[in-house]
Amino acid sequence: MKTIITSTGNQLNSIFDLRFGRAGWFCLYDDQSGEISFIENENINSQSGAGTKTVEKVVELGAQKVISGDFGPKAKELLEKFNIQMVLLQDDNSTVQHIIDKLKS
Amino acid sequence: MPRKIRLRKVVEPPRFKGYRPFGVNSKSRKSIDLLYEEYEALKLADYDLLKHDEAAGLMGISRPTFARIYESARRKIAAALVEAKEIRTVFGNAVMDKNWYLCSKCNARFNIPETMDKETCPACNSKHIELINK
Repeated sequence: MKTIITSTGNQLNSIFDLRFGRAGWFCLYDDQSGEISFIENENINSQSGAGTKTVEKVVELGAQKVISGDFGPKAKELLEKFNIQMVLLQDDNSTVQHIIDKLKS
Repeated sequence: MPRKIRLRKVVEPPRFKGYRPFGVNSKSRKSIDLLYEEYEALKLADYDLLKHDEAAGLMGISRPTFARIYESARRKIAAALVEAKEIRTVFGNAVMDKNWYLCSKCNARFNIPETMDKETCPACNSKHIELINK
């Protein structure tokens, strides 16, 4: 299963991003193959609809789980429609590596 | 450090994005932000005619907090009417009243879509999860 983690940078030691639509990068983690890749967020500076565009991206990437700090109402609705699991973490100091380690445990 | 604002449960977001006065010549269109929880408080108390106690229970907050939110909603709407301002609804500190779970090990909040039937925390695989909306 593929998981997307919002991140502030494109490194494993980057801090986890609490925003969803305007997160800096997305970390795509595949727990079957263990593959990890980073995708830049193109909607970071868009005026509106960053959340919905990001959901489209998530669907395109085939992820079934998104880990972020919070989701806007539109993004929530859409993710729900696509049966993508939303995971909200309030911990703003952990790194992407830390979250992936927790996923593996 | 003040305490974090607890999320208020909202059954349904408002069906509009806002209200705009007509018949006023306002080039500098100012607006007032009405939070979802304020809308919900107003709806529960004045439309569904619930007692503040019951309404507070539904939103998962204490009665005094409910009263504060309700008062803020009324004041905002009154201000908008008197000053002929637009009302815009914004998300605020709300959480939709769907099935949200909380992991007691890592405090992650998550939902479980229908296509999944795993009863474990998606962030740390702990089995100690609980439903937050009662």
